[in-house]
Amino acid sequence: MKHRKSSQLLQQLVFVGPSVVFFILIIVVPFLLGMMYSFTDWNGVSASINWVGLDNFVHIFANDPKFQNAFWFTVRFTVVGVILTNVIGFFLAYFLTKPLKTRNILRTIFFMPNVIGGLLLGFIWQFIFVKGFSAVGDVTGWSFFNLPWLGDEPTAFWGIVIVFVWQTAGYLMVIYISSLTNVSPDLLEAAEIDGASRGQVLRSIILPLIMPGVTICLFLAISWSFKMFDLNLSLTKGGPFGSTESVALNIYNEAFVNNRYGIGTAKAFIFFVIVAIITMVQVRLTKSKEVEA
Amino acid sequence: METTKNYRFGTVITEIVMVLIGLLFLIPFYFLFVNSVKTFGDLLTNSAAWPEVFQWGNYANAWEKISFPSALMNSLIVTIVSNLLLVLISSMAAYRMVRSNTRFNRILFGLFIAAMVIPFQSIMIPLVTVTSNLGLIDSLGGLIICYLGFGAPMSIFLFHGFVKSVPLEIEEAARVDGSSAYGVFFRIVFPLMKPMYVTVIILNTLWIWNDYLLPSLILQSSNLRTIPIATFALFGQYTKQWDLALPALVLGIMPIIIFFLLMQRYIIQGITAGSVKG
Repeated sequence: MKHRKSSQLLQQLVFVGPSVVFFILIIVVPFLLGMMYSFTDWNGVSASINWVGLDNFVHIFANDPKFQNAFWFTVRFTVVGVILTNVIGFFLAYFLTKPLKTRNILRTIFFMPNVIGGLLLGFIWQFIFVKGFSAVGDVTGWSFFNLPWLGDEPTAFWGIVIVFVWQTAGYLMVIYISSLTNVSPDLLEAAEIDGASRGQVLRSIILPLIMPGVTICLFLAISWSFKMFDLNLSLTKGGPFGSTESVALNIYNEAFVNNRYGIGTAKAFIFFVIVAIITMVQVRLTKSKEVEA
Repeated sequence: METTKNYRFGTVITEIVMVLIGLLFLIPFYFLFVNSVKTFGDLLTNSAAWPEVFQWGNYANAWEKISFPSALMNSLIVTIVSNLLLVLISSMAAYRMVRSNTRFNRILFGLFIAAMVIPFQSIMIPLVTVTSNLGLIDSLGGLIICYLGFGAPMSIFLFHGFVKSVPLEIEEAARVDGSSAYGVFFRIVFPLMKPMYVTVIILNTLWIWNDYLLPSLILQSSNLRTIPIATFALFGQYTKQWDLALPALVLGIMPIIIFFLLMQRYIIQGITAGSVKG
């Protein structure tokens, strides 16, 4: 009996131990330390760390307009980005589940941007916006392409949105395709015989049946856009004049550029709380809309 | 008859529109490739045109400036070793947590799941301190250890769902034949998990290969640079030198594009399976 117990303990250690050790060292300890540092004036270098209570949080909410800008930029970006990628991803999937001759190659093309990391993509698009667009503008004469894209506040916002959509729509398309192919063709046929229009079929049959897919896609898109960093860093670096700085980039700059680790960790904690709340609300909302076929 | 004809006409229109959108998606790649082989003057004056002379020397220059062989090697080492270890430790942990359904293991699993919500930015600042105290800074091994920590929750989550679908009877038969718990796992359960480790490896590869922020915090020496780090360093050093930057970007995206085109079927499957469970 005793032997059995010790062998169980050994098994627990061998099987679960390694994951737990890395998990604690890399996630749990830094996460808890971060919470602690958010109440201090730590600068990352000096040995003296003073307890400052809620000062960091007061500072962030009361007189840190850059953080508030970053927050609103991120919210606007998330709303626009989530809607556009999902709508485009869904319609790409919708048309690519029709019997098109080119559908396999098109699926490949739409997905391809996604395998490239945000950092390299941002650099590639920097060139497109600076040189490519103006070349197209010269050929076509359309003023749309001759805008100062990354150099001006409103267009820089849309510039990031364009690249984000180009990067992520294909990924969501893959998930929507798998949801759409699960919708039974009999059901669609029955609706058609009953005289439902294509719009009605889409709204009243397809959409409710693919709600699980919608949940996943919304979840992914919100998470990517709210936490955007790489693309932001390589495409605009937050400029012009900090107008396109995301929260993630703001936290990074606060800690590693301004060397204010205390305020940085306080922002990071606020960021965590917001992400956690959004995630919970969003999962709950969309789960309740799912129906069984 | 009428309806079939209409249907076909509609399909042709859809096909044409979709192909046009497809071309639109490819235009950035056209600009990237075409301009990567032009002289600096050429690409500034006429970026849309097909190159008159192919300046392959741009590639030789970029190859050297980002130390491409070294960056590629570092990216490969980090991605491959992290993947292998992650699959091993997380499948073992998931297996144990399913088969030994104790209170402790249930809480532990809950913690792994909860941690998936934490954004990287909420950990990164103290992570730098923790890793430097542990001596993990500025080494590929240290970076790999970080990936094991960050990758474990999702990998365990995916394996956990899968192990639950493995019938217990198969294992019991092996037990009766005298296999130890370890033998049962490595000889019977591990091979059965093949579809799931394809998913886990695909998802982790796309993440680790392209990751910039974590390696930028952990690695300092220039000989340890991965592809994203080397690219970023190049842009910091040679601003607006597009005849150098564009070929460097082409080199940088080439390996993952080739990987994608070869493994496409698995990648699409992996993403579908991973997201349905996630």
